[in-house]
Amino acid sequence: MTGLLIKIYRFLLIVIILVAGVAIERTGLVELLSDPYERQVIVELFWQHLYIVLVSISIATIAGLTVGIVFTRQRFRKYAGVCMYIVGLGQTIPSLAVLALAMSFLGIGLKPAIFALTIYSVLPVARNTLAGITAVPAELIEAGKGMGMPPLRILLEVELPNAMKVILVGFRVALVINIGTAALSYLIGAGGLGDLIFTGISLMQTEKLLAGAIPITLLALVADFLCELLSVALVSKGLRLSD
Amino acid sequence: MFLYWEHIWIVGLALLIASVIGVPLGIYITGHDQVATRVLNSATVLMTIPSIALFGLMLPILALFNMGLGKVPAVIALVLYSQLPIIRNTYTAIKNVPPELVDAAKGMGMDRWKLLREVEIPLAIPVIIAGLRTAAVMNIGIAAIAVYIGSGGLGVYIEQGIARVYPEMILSGAILVSLLAIIVDGLMALLERMATPAGIKLQRTLAR
Repeated sequence: MTGLLIKIYRFLLIVIILVAGVAIERTGLVELLSDPYERQVIVELFWQHLYIVLVSISIATIAGLTVGIVFTRQRFRKYAGVCMYIVGLGQTIPSLAVLALAMSFLGIGLKPAIFALTIYSVLPVARNTLAGITAVPAELIEAGKGMGMPPLRILLEVELPNAMKVILVGFRVALVINIGTAALSYLIGAGGLGDLIFTGISLMQTEKLLAGAIPITLLALVADFLCELLSVALVSKGLRLSD
Repeated sequence: MFLYWEHIWIVGLALLIASVIGVPLGIYITGHDQVATRVLNSATVLMTIPSIALFGLMLPILALFNMGLGKVPAVIALVLYSQLPIIRNTYTAIKNVPPELVDAAKGMGMDRWKLLREVEIPLAIPVIIAGLRTAAVMNIGIAAIAVYIGSGGLGVYIEQGIARVYPEMILSGAILVSLLAIIVDGLMALLERMATPAGIKLQRTLAR
């Protein structure tokens, strides 16, 4: 029964890939891609997209980690709950709204887009850093103290490595959301691959639409996969063993 | 006000369809580990696809049935996105039912179906509803984006606001959508608490 189901699943995957291939050929995507000018435009938009994502995610990671670390220090610990609540509330705001609001304050262009994406990606990183460090067993920290570690070394050698897995999950969520939302940043004039999608929708040009949608999807999937590799590289062996 | 109901209608319909597909699937895969990993992986991949790209990818396919724009693709996309939280929560919830309870039920002569209905589902229901809650909040945000493929809903305010560079309009749209998300989140939390069996609640208070 189970074996059969898996065979059906594999078969379906192959069929989907084949159908998608034929469909893409028929919509004229191949033709569009073989036009050197169009290709150049797509590549340019791709780099623009990547630029927006990379800049905003790097700022967001640094900011998120800082927030997470600060609110788990002894002195600020009592505010951690409040911070968590605010972050949770922030995550319910739709991404489109954040972008639109950034536009109304900062005008159009690259800057408001990067600003909005940064704000939006800080939330998952901060939330998971908070949750991860809070979940580090107290006896480990006690052991660190007993070994005479100063607070900084406890942070670097006990708390962060133990929380790394949860933090990376947050980073991954932030990155994937960021790539998707960067597609919307076309609406506030920042360019990126969303340009092709929205133009494709409004002109009903399927090939253009796919030329935007497929790279974004691939970008998100590749980023997700890279994050998985990163978690293998960064999470210490002992923790992985205990899973 | 009309847009408000439209938004709720889209999200509600999508959630209903998603739970009808997701919950049985989640229950089914608890017994089949190999299928489980595949289903969960597929759902993760679906979740990874950016929403606007998913709309774009579905458009040419649905255009064959003359449904490329409008509410249909929006609802389909929302259903697809809801699958991961719903399936994953159902799966983990039923997996986490203590094995001694399952054994006890079997010892009482319950068959598979009765075991599911009287032991596993009541114990798992709070977690399943938590999955629905995640899905609902996420869907409210994505439904705002779906306005670009002509689904209507509160995203209209944001879209028009951007097009006209009219901050008050954007702000009202953004606040309304966020408010809707927060209210739904609260209601689902309430539902979650209500669905928890009295025995488990007692256990938790005693544990504290």
